[in-house]
This record gives sequence, C-alpha cells and structure tokens, in this order.
Amino acid sequence: MIPTSWFLVLSGLLFVLGVVAFLVKKDLLIMFLAVEVMLNAANLAFVAFARRNGVLEGQVAVFFIITVAAAEAAVGLAIILLVFRRKKTVKADDISGLRG
Amino acid sequence: MAAILFFFLSALCVGGVLGMILSRNPAYSALWLVLSFATLGALFGLLDAPFIAVVQVIIYAGAIMVLFLFVLMMIPLGQAPSPRKRRAFTVLSVLLALGLAAEIFLSLSASLAAHGAPVPEGFGGVGEIGRKLFRDFLYPFEITSLIIMAALVGAIILAKKRKHP
Repeated sequence: MIPTSWFLVLSGLLFVLGVVAFLVKKDLLIMFLAVEVMLNAANLAFVAFARRNGVLEGQVAVFFIITVAAAEAAVGLAIILLVFRRKKTVKADDISGLRG
Repeated sequence: MAAILFFFLSALCVGGVLGMILSRNPAYSALWLVLSFATLGALFGLLDAPFIAVVQVIIYAGAIMVLFLFVLMMIPLGQAPSPRKRRAFTVLSVLLALGLAAEIFLSLSASLAAHGAPVPEGFGGVGEIGRKLFRDFLYPFEITSLIIMAALVGAIILAKKRKHP
C-alpha cells in the first residue's frame, strides 16, 4: 500500500504549480485553468485523507467540489466570453478599467 | 508494483501541468491539462476511490475541458504577446510560489510518516458512496442540483447576444 504522504506531497506540488501558472500566465482562460489545477490538488488531498482515516466523507466532499467546479466553469467561461466581446481581448494586462 | 504505477502517474500529472504552463498556445495548454486530469483520475483509483476516479475522468477530463476548448474556439488564439516587460514579475511570482511550497511542505512534514489503517473491503465503491449521498448528504446533494440549474441559466443569460446593448 502506498503511503498517504506521497499523495499529499504530490497534492502540494500540484497546488504550487497551479499558483505559478496563475501568476505567470496572462491569458484569462489559462488563469482559469490554473484555478482548476488548484481545485484538483485539493481534491487529491481530500481523497488521500479519506483513505488514511477510513471515512467516506472525504470522497463525498470531492464529489461536491467537482459539481461546484463544473457550475463555476460554466459561469466563469460565460463571463470571459462577455469580457472578450466588450474589450476584444482576454489578456489580463489589457483589462485595466478599474486601475484608475 | 503500486509504487512504480504511482511514480509513473504522478510524473505524467506534473508533466501535464508543466506542459500547460510552458506551452504558448492556449489550446495546447488545455490539452495538456486533459492529460493531467486523466492521470489524476487514475491516481484516485490507486487511492481506493473508484467512483471519484470515474467522475474525475468523465466530468473533469471530459465535460469541463471540452467546455474550455469550446470557449477557446470562440476566441482568436495566438495573439501577439503584450509588449510590457514581465520578466521581473515572473521571477517574483516563482519566488513567491517557492515560499508557498516551503510552507506547505513544512506543515506536511509532521504527518509524512503516518500510514493509517488499511481500509475495509468495498471502500469507496459506488454503493457506499450512493448510500452516503442519499442518506447523510441528501440535502446538500439536492442543493447541488439547484446550483447547477442556476449556473446553467446564468451562463445562458450572460453569453446570450443582446439585441439592445
């Protein structure tokens, strides 16, 4: 049986990579993908802890996270589409209307 | 055997995220992430969570990423990178991420040695999860359908072309 800690280390690594992608990338869509990577890292930690403690609630939480992520993706992509229609760009640097 | 499988899958998973960060074309980024999420599904399978593994592959690697690709098709790709200098910002963000990584692994280090008890037979199967969902988590489960419905209506309203802007 694989130790739970390996999965936790992988989860931390994925989360950090998601943060890096979110900070480095300029495209709104790719930044949104980076958020999905972070959500998946959290899911991995949930499932790992569910197995370690032998309780099923962790997996149920992951189920809810995945459904909410699907809803969030639908609304977020619609907003990105709207931003593109208004501003003709999806680069985060060029959308600076609130900068003042 | 399981350890070899774990290292193979996690290398693929991390490689997929790295490919997503390094590729210039957003469509390739999304496809790299499909690989990453699919291998994550396999890792869930290694963790005695077959139901979550299947859900991950169908919903994440399937539905959500296809949604992303559809939106990518509606937005012209390969625009010229903005001329602003961002090298300093990139270095700063990588440094910040290294700090975050150090923090995470520091807090993990206490629990790295723990093993946990072996799980009972049939743990994480569809039957077990279904019983849990429809007995203990019935109200959250029903509220999820409301959330999906609201997201559906919201996405349609937002993305609809208005006649009078």
